Amino acid sequence: MKSDEKAYPPPAMLDPAILFASVLNGLTTGAVYALIALGLTLIYGVLHIINFAHGAALMMALYGVYFLHEKLGLDPYVSLPIMVPAMFVAGYALYRGVIARASHGKDENILLITLGLSIMLENAALYFFKSDTLTIDTAYTLSTVNIFGAMIAVPKMVAFFGALATTAVLLLVIGKTSLGRAIRACAKERQGARLVGINVDHVFAMSFGIGLACLGAAACFLLPAYYVNPQVGNGFVLIAFTIVVLGGMGSFVGALIGGFLIGVVESVGGLLLGESLGQIGIFVIFIIVLLFRPQGLFGARA
Amino acid sequence: MAETLLEVQGLTAGYGAVRILHGLDLQIAAGEIVALLGSNGAGKSTFNNTLSGIVRASGGAVKFAGETITRAAPMAIVDAGLIQVPEGRRVFPNLSVLENLELGAYRRGKAGKTANLERVYSLFPRLLERLTQKAGTLSGGEQQMLAIGRGLMAEPKLLILDEPSLGLSPKLVEELFALIGTLNREGLSILLVEQNVGQSLEIAHRAYVMEQGAICFSGLPGELLANPALKRAYLGM
Repeated sequence: MKSDEKAYPPPAMLDPAILFASVLNGLTTGAVYALIALGLTLIYGVLHIINFAHGAALMMALYGVYFLHEKLGLDPYVSLPIMVPAMFVAGYALYRGVIARASHGKDENILLITLGLSIMLENAALYFFKSDTLTIDTAYTLSTVNIFGAMIAVPKMVAFFGALATTAVLLLVIGKTSLGRAIRACAKERQGARLVGINVDHVFAMSFGIGLACLGAAACFLLPAYYVNPQVGNGFVLIAFTIVVLGGMGSFVGALIGGFLIGVVESVGGLLLGESLGQIGIFVIFIIVLLFRPQGLFGARA
Repeated sequence: MAETLLEVQGLTAGYGAVRILHGLDLQIAAGEIVALLGSNGAGKSTFNNTLSGIVRASGGAVKFAGETITRAAPMAIVDAGLIQVPEGRRVFPNLSVLENLELGAYRRGKAGKTANLERVYSLFPRLLERLTQKAGTLSGGEQQMLAIGRGLMAEPKLLILDEPSLGLSPKLVEELFALIGTLNREGLSILLVEQNVGQSLEIAHRAYVMEQGAICFSGLPGELLANPALKRAYLGM
């Protein structure tokens, strides 16, 4: 091994073409990160809790996409109209059936419940699906497109535009619809919301459902170029949490920009420092933001 | 006297094991302004929130417009047309003025939304100037206007105003009480919960005084004002 490594010349790291490709790659990953973080920040913004089950829910969604492909032969992108509603319903039911009941109206209880759920889901996956890392093969898994000389994998391009489109739909729902107004109203003023006749429990469950629906979409975009195993969600949720804090807790714009930023930093960091050290950049930025702008890039002061 | 709009009998409620309301009786007839007075901690806001379904009644009965609404959910009570403008305004700070008003018609008054918006604008021209502004950036007086406007959007049969004059300048308080009179003359029944005793008694048709979770006086404002012992004991005047 050692002699092998020496046989290769060090890569031309700062070659602009490679750097460009790395930034593009980072943006495509970042779009999916942003989508995952949007779900997390929506749930935080409305319920004021960190959903610790977010990673486990993503993992479940990834298994869903995997089995739809393996058992029914459905392409991951075709699975979108199945996975998004399925995750929404799962989220809504989970909130109404478990989280709301067990929390007795205390936010700190919700925190523990979601943590417990994530442990249960992970272990259930371990029991039923074993710890093997699974991937799917599609006709386009290894295809690439040439963007100004940079070769970008087709699934990553689809993920990029898909995540952007999903984000646009989410922002439209939150910003322009009656449900969105009710969600924003409950986020800041629960008592006032009750007094205008908003069913606050329903709105909370809807928010939780929409948060998980984002994961359903993210899973469909991820799997063609990624893998699934029972622990797969943990890495994502750590990054998503970083993005949410970085962008400002509860801020959608912050989650979107933060997602891209983290994606690019991770990608370029990996290029400069090597794959295993690439994530250092994320946490350096995270700490700097916390030191100088603790409310996050787009967060409101408390 | 016109037909009874709200009838509360022996209402008890509280938080956990702590009972706040100890058998409260109160009636409001259609078209009345009724003042509910009492010092801090007498249980006025708990009473309002029990009427609105936010605090669950542990006993007694509440009848509103012919329906029993004891222990009904807040939305069902809004549906029935009992609308509360809460203490501290409780407007949605992160939403625009227009969005706040639109949410007032979330369950009730959807059909008349456009006309009701026009009416709110004519009552509060200031709100029209600030439609796109976030409610959290409004002054206290403007937020109070917005809270009342939001309440009116639901086409209330009975409007509960909880401490509407709190924190307003004397001039604004004057305007506020004039507005309450105007709304009432247009046919709106109002339960005015206030610490501002003098002005409340000027516009109210009847008054209740509350102490330690029960009604200790009910009658005409004149009777209350004519009785120095009552005034001293319950109103600190």
